[in-house]
Amino acid sequence: MSINQKIVNDFIKNKIKFVTTVPCKQLAGVIEEIDSSEDIFHIPSNKEDEGMGLCAGAYMGGKRSAIIMQNTAIGVTINTLVTLIQYYNIPLPMLISYRGEIGEPVACQVEMAVHTKALLNQLNIPTYHFHSQNDAEELDLILNHSFMAKKPVAILTDANFWQGP
Amino acid sequence: MIRSEVLKTLIPIISDQLVVSNIGLPSQELHSLDDQPTNFYMLGTMGLSSSIGLGLALAQKAKVIAIDGDGSVLTNLGTLPTIANNPANNFTLLIIDNGSYGSTGDQPTYAGLKTSLSKVAEACGCDNVVECAAECTAAAVQAALNGNKMTIIVSKCESGNIKVPVIEMDAPVIRHRFMAEVTRRNI
Repeated sequence: MSINQKIVNDFIKNKIKFVTTVPCKQLAGVIEEIDSSEDIFHIPSNKEDEGMGLCAGAYMGGKRSAIIMQNTAIGVTINTLVTLIQYYNIPLPMLISYRGEIGEPVACQVEMAVHTKALLNQLNIPTYHFHSQNDAEELDLILNHSFMAKKPVAILTDANFWQGP
Repeated sequence: MIRSEVLKTLIPIISDQLVVSNIGLPSQELHSLDDQPTNFYMLGTMGLSSSIGLGLALAQKAKVIAIDGDGSVLTNLGTLPTIANNPANNFTLLIIDNGSYGSTGDQPTYAGLKTSLSKVAEACGCDNVVECAAECTAAAVQAALNGNKMTIIVSKCESGNIKVPVIEMDAPVIRHRFMAEVTRRNI
């Protein structure tokens, strides 16, 4: 089973039926897997805060939701995370490509990478860093934790994670 | 007619419908006119009323009205292509377009100048876009609820506000009672 299939299987196991995505090169495979899943409604969004609005609406409509995005989006979505997702106690797993980590070819991506964990920490968002594919064994429990706690959780997935075991 | 007067004409029509209401004065006005558990009041996060409304409409069967403003749609303009390309026939987006940022002191928006939100919505691919005068908004919303197709209504009204208290209800309470209504309507 590919890592992309494993991620989507864990989404389905946790009854996630509504997923919004903003693309990243590292996430192309998992987005494709989401898009082809018959169990998940995939709705691409134009910006990550818009996507969080879609997810909040779907959750209130009875469908567990999740967002897949790049870590640069943390800069875009702080207000939405605080005044919508956290303020209303809405669970939101965020599968995040952690660009700008070791192996990154684009220097500019490092600029946001150095702030990513500090920002998530400042926001009191439970954060998990997947560096090797074995780390994804915890994904099922992390997703469950988000819905139990009714909180956003961040799953940072770096270049090493996407390149193989 | 100003926004609060438009909202007043809508109450008999939307009182028993699922409504997602925009941040600031629109939610406060709706709350003071007719507080209902079927109202989801946004206390923060400018621009996401239409996105929350679409997500809600796509996830369940009951009809959903998202009340938005011209300034809020402009701040989340990416919402219109998403709405156009993911139609939910139980969804009505009502943009109350008073050409100004009402909650922050009536500064003019571009929608009050050269930009036509109804034309933007059409250009984004929305199929049923209705632009109407403030006085015709209630009829347009009723027609949208009667029809079984997603509708975007742009209601052109005058700028201006009334004094209304802030909403003191806690956000999780607003969400909780709203979700109970959503569940009840989907049994």
